[in-house]
Amino acid sequence: MHDVSPKGASLPTEPLLRAVAISKRYGDFLANDRIDLDLYPAEIHALLGENGAGKSTLVKVMYGLIQPSEGELYWSGQKIVLAGPSDARALGIGMVFQHFSLFENLTVAENVALGLPASESFAAISQRLAEMSRMYGLPLDPRREVWRLSVGERQRIEIVRALMQNPRLLILDEPTAVLTPQEADQLFVVLERLKGEGRAILYISHKLDEVKRLCDTATILRGGKKIATCNPRLETAASLARMMVGADIGEVRAASGHGPSSPRLVIRELSLEPDDPHGTRLENVSLEVRGGEVVGIAGVAGNGQDELFAALSGERLVPSGGAIVIDGRAAGRLGVTDRRRLGAAFVPEERLGHGTAPRMRLSENVLLTGHAASGMVKHGFVDKAATLAVVDRTTASFDVRKAKRDPEAASLSGGNLQKFVVGREILREPGVLVVSQPTWGVDAGAAAVIRQALIDLAARGSAVLVISQDLDELAEIAGRVAVMFHGRLSPPLDAAEATRQRLGLLMGGASTAAPAAEPEASHAVGA
Amino acid sequence: MQLVLERRAERSTIAAIASPLIAIALTLITMSVLFAILGKNPIAALGVYFIEPLTDAYSLEEIAVKATPLVLIGVGLSFCYIANVWNIGAEGQFLAGAVTGSWLAVHTNGMGVGHWVLPAMLLLGALGGALYALIPAICKVRFGASEILTSLMLVYVADLGMDYLVRGPWRDPHGLNFPTTAEFDPVATVPTLIDGSRLHAGAIVALLVVMLATVVLGRTIMGFEIRLIGAAPKAARFSGFNADKLVLLTFAISGALAGLAGIIEVAGPVGHLQPGISPGYGFTAIIVAFLGRLNPVGILIAGLFLALTFIGGESAQISMKIPLDLTKVFQGILLFFVLACDSLIVFRIRILNPFWKPVHANA
Repeated sequence: MHDVSPKGASLPTEPLLRAVAISKRYGDFLANDRIDLDLYPAEIHALLGENGAGKSTLVKVMYGLIQPSEGELYWSGQKIVLAGPSDARALGIGMVFQHFSLFENLTVAENVALGLPASESFAAISQRLAEMSRMYGLPLDPRREVWRLSVGERQRIEIVRALMQNPRLLILDEPTAVLTPQEADQLFVVLERLKGEGRAILYISHKLDEVKRLCDTATILRGGKKIATCNPRLETAASLARMMVGADIGEVRAASGHGPSSPRLVIRELSLEPDDPHGTRLENVSLEVRGGEVVGIAGVAGNGQDELFAALSGERLVPSGGAIVIDGRAAGRLGVTDRRRLGAAFVPEERLGHGTAPRMRLSENVLLTGHAASGMVKHGFVDKAATLAVVDRTTASFDVRKAKRDPEAASLSGGNLQKFVVGREILREPGVLVVSQPTWGVDAGAAAVIRQALIDLAARGSAVLVISQDLDELAEIAGRVAVMFHGRLSPPLDAAEATRQRLGLLMGGASTAAPAAEPEASHAVGA
Repeated sequence: MQLVLERRAERSTIAAIASPLIAIALTLITMSVLFAILGKNPIAALGVYFIEPLTDAYSLEEIAVKATPLVLIGVGLSFCYIANVWNIGAEGQFLAGAVTGSWLAVHTNGMGVGHWVLPAMLLLGALGGALYALIPAICKVRFGASEILTSLMLVYVADLGMDYLVRGPWRDPHGLNFPTTAEFDPVATVPTLIDGSRLHAGAIVALLVVMLATVVLGRTIMGFEIRLIGAAPKAARFSGFNADKLVLLTFAISGALAGLAGIIEVAGPVGHLQPGISPGYGFTAIIVAFLGRLNPVGILIAGLFLALTFIGGESAQISMKIPLDLTKVFQGILLFFVLACDSLIVFRIRILNPFWKPVHANA
């Protein structure tokens, strides 16, 4: 461990929050192992680490959500014990979670009022909310129902809600994961401003460029231990990544092999009503994915990607069969199993509960997508040896690390389970692969393995469609990128034209013809 | 001191076996308290309930006789419950099977027909139970009606329907106006295994069903579908399995087994169709299914255990004047503890440091 004092030789003030030797034990598993952390006023402090490094556990301890097994917290030099989040809020600690806790059918003001003490009248809260959002440049209409809002706007509610309690320390858990690049830029302005007011900010992320740009200090966690505290501006992205992962990450090699051939997956003027009232209607979506290429679909979550995935996988049938064509066969009215028999494979965004049954063993989870076409079922009987063989092959080819040969899916770490889920499909050598958020919440090492596998699959002649919110990922693997917005799909851009700027504008709803200067302008309704 | 439930990384195998045992132990403690309140000696009462029946051959045979329908119905219900389908109406399906199977026995009565009658009756009983179970299943799939309510309500329809038949068209003309059909012919009766005993071939059928269900649930793709849809419905849909089809299938299986149990009971120990052929087997089997961990072999053991409570309850009534209704109280308490202890399989209990005291932070 090499500690570097965050601001050079002399510290201007004492730390606002000091965590000393925090440990958190879950059974035999040590999620946090004697972690020290000092947070200073007027400082943006990054907490960096792979998935499972212990970041969430640590901030939950600091927000009073869980009790540490060992260790102490000091607030302005005084020892504190947080019995719950209300204690933390009373001290002046605010938190913005990665997953929002908002009631969709209530308005912005109602949602904010629910989190505040009942002593303040609703009218006063609405008034203060409007002031607050104006003051910090976080435009919000207090009277709008949450379900009408974009993800970026919903995050603003969470931030304003936290700010209304006038926190001295604000914790943000991966706040940019759901934002367009432009929305992220706006957020950074707000954070700089909060820092200028003397507030401390703890910023959890695994996006290195953001951290280098925004943060004054970075603490890196790996495997529950603190690896280092450093000034991210003095580090390179590579050196930060090395500290996070503990080794150099393999570069993804570009595809070699035959280039794009004929279209293997065709989406033709696909329109589909959502099956739940808050879903997104797909409108006239058209796209061709040729054999040998990886095509990306970018977009902010909730713009119809889930609906598109369900229509492609056959979890939702499409009335006009010809709207989806797999290897020349109209597949819109075919179910999931029939589409798999045509040589298609699918990897949904949600690993646990959708891609796998969490409480079932891996040998049963290979059956989940392989029961129709892989010789694992004979005369209605499951060939257990064959399913185990598939588990073993997936494990070997994709370096899936697990405690025993055939554990329950839920016991694997996120990255290993994702390698398993992607590997399970790729080993079947599908002609068409549709994969949603292939490396969502996955550590850098596993992400590199998965991306390489997708590129290699395309190089062997398959058509690969990747739905992702991670523009860096798409830049790395996709030959062409289309953007989804409000259920519509833009024409695909070649990788060379698909700059962050252009994609960002499309993600905010600008048409290709007339890029608007302020993509959020259409949403921003004043109070 | 503070108790916390912590989620386990994997389900605990030890807890899966221990949980029903703990539940039984807690039930026995609660029962002892009840006995004491009633002014009976708890030790003596528990002895009459649980030990005495195990000491003579007659009671052991009776346990097997009572366990047969419980195990048959319980195994069927486990298919539903594993798939998260809530068939509460096995009692009705039991009666429906008893009626459809009896139809053949009543209409061939005294006609000197061959040995095909009994197999045909069993088949009709299973079919009747399955079709009756499909009513709530279809209502659920087609109209979204809650199967919990519809299957339960159909119990009373079946009960009254049977009542009508035995008091009306099917009543034994020589039966002194008692509401019962004529005694079934020997060819329409399930043979006994030991002469002079009530232990009948239905017990063998129950054992075969247990073995068959073990294979189907554990080894076949159909069993996998049923387990998957219960464990992770969204994953099952992604897998390409049809949820509606599985609702119909599991209801049909459990209805068929309940119907089979019904006709075996009528054509076996009872020998004719009459009201009151079931002391609530269809409901007790729900407890059997859960106590047996929805596992066929577990259900076999649980069925024998609950049969013991029926026999023990009868002898306790005779020898200690303990009300028979206490058996139902006992079964209810048992189900409660079984479900409560189940959380031990997925969670573990941890006792937080008793010296830990929350210090309130000053704002």
